[in-house]
Amino acid sequence: MRRLVFLLPIAIVAVLVALFWIGLDPNRDKSVLPSALVGNPAPAVDLPGLVDGAPRLNLAQFKGQLVAINFFASWCLPCRAEHPLLQQITAEFGVPVIGIAWKDKPEAAHAFLQELGDPYVATGIDHNGRTGIDFGITGVPETFLVGADGTVLYRFAGPVSDDGLRNELAPAIAEAKK
Amino acid sequence: MRRALAFMALAWLAIAPALAQEAPLADPALEQRARDLGREIRCVVCQSQSVADSDADIAQELRVMIREQIAAGKSDQDIRDYLVARYGDFVLFDPPFKGSTYVLWLGPFAILVLAAIGVAIFFRRRARDPARARALSADEHSRVERLLHDGPEDRA
Repeated sequence: MRRLVFLLPIAIVAVLVALFWIGLDPNRDKSVLPSALVGNPAPAVDLPGLVDGAPRLNLAQFKGQLVAINFFASWCLPCRAEHPLLQQITAEFGVPVIGIAWKDKPEAAHAFLQELGDPYVATGIDHNGRTGIDFGITGVPETFLVGADGTVLYRFAGPVSDDGLRNELAPAIAEAKK
Repeated sequence: MRRALAFMALAWLAIAPALAQEAPLADPALEQRARDLGREIRCVVCQSQSVADSDADIAQELRVMIREQIAAGKSDQDIRDYLVARYGDFVLFDPPFKGSTYVLWLGPFAILVLAAIGVAIFFRRRARDPARARALSADEHSRVERLLHDGPEDRA
């Protein structure tokens, strides 16, 4: 019992060190919240296309295959930065990417794709941002993987970088394909 | 002073259009509910601000959504549940009391109880200390008197 009392300060310091270790980890990004959606069915998506006459975007059409959903906006600079990499998700990993323009004007989003290329298999406009809220996004860009059964498998918050594609998205895709 | 006022007027002009996008609800009681609810929802990008205080796009969108749902007759709890389903408990500034948050809610009280037990043990031990428990003998008593009167013994 006596000895326990002497060990107590050491135990407290050990706990504090562990907390600081986690809290001060330079790789920890506290702005990224864990998604409440991963493991749950994807919310319904039924959105108008970017241009007049374009088909509506309906997520149900893609049931039975693994797809990536990318929220972007023409007013978002990081989206511009990640844009070239979206093509690789399809080219290298064979996963079609659906684009949802979040809180954007259809003309602006269309012009954005005209300028930078269109990596999307289908595109919809989420004008009032409600579909984005359904997915629990905190901003754009964000990318989700939705499995063949319609379950959200993975969420990537922020722009997909080369590193992010290789080290995070690629393993998640491999896992999803199992 | 005049400059400061002019600056404030300009600043207001800059903010006003942003505020104008958000039409308050016509019924003041419902609008008050929307505002109160906005204050207990965390802005998901600027995490130490509430949705009511934040200028972020997503916060603005959430305020609009809260007003819509209130106008549609949803209860405050319905709206909280809707947000928690999408963003997790994290969006609530006041976390719910449940399995995963027991430590958060009960931890401080547990520490308080442990500290109280520690203090109680300390005083109990001190009270039981035989050197303290026994009253001074007549001999010791006179020695104390002497010490207080004359100072340290070895010098005497």
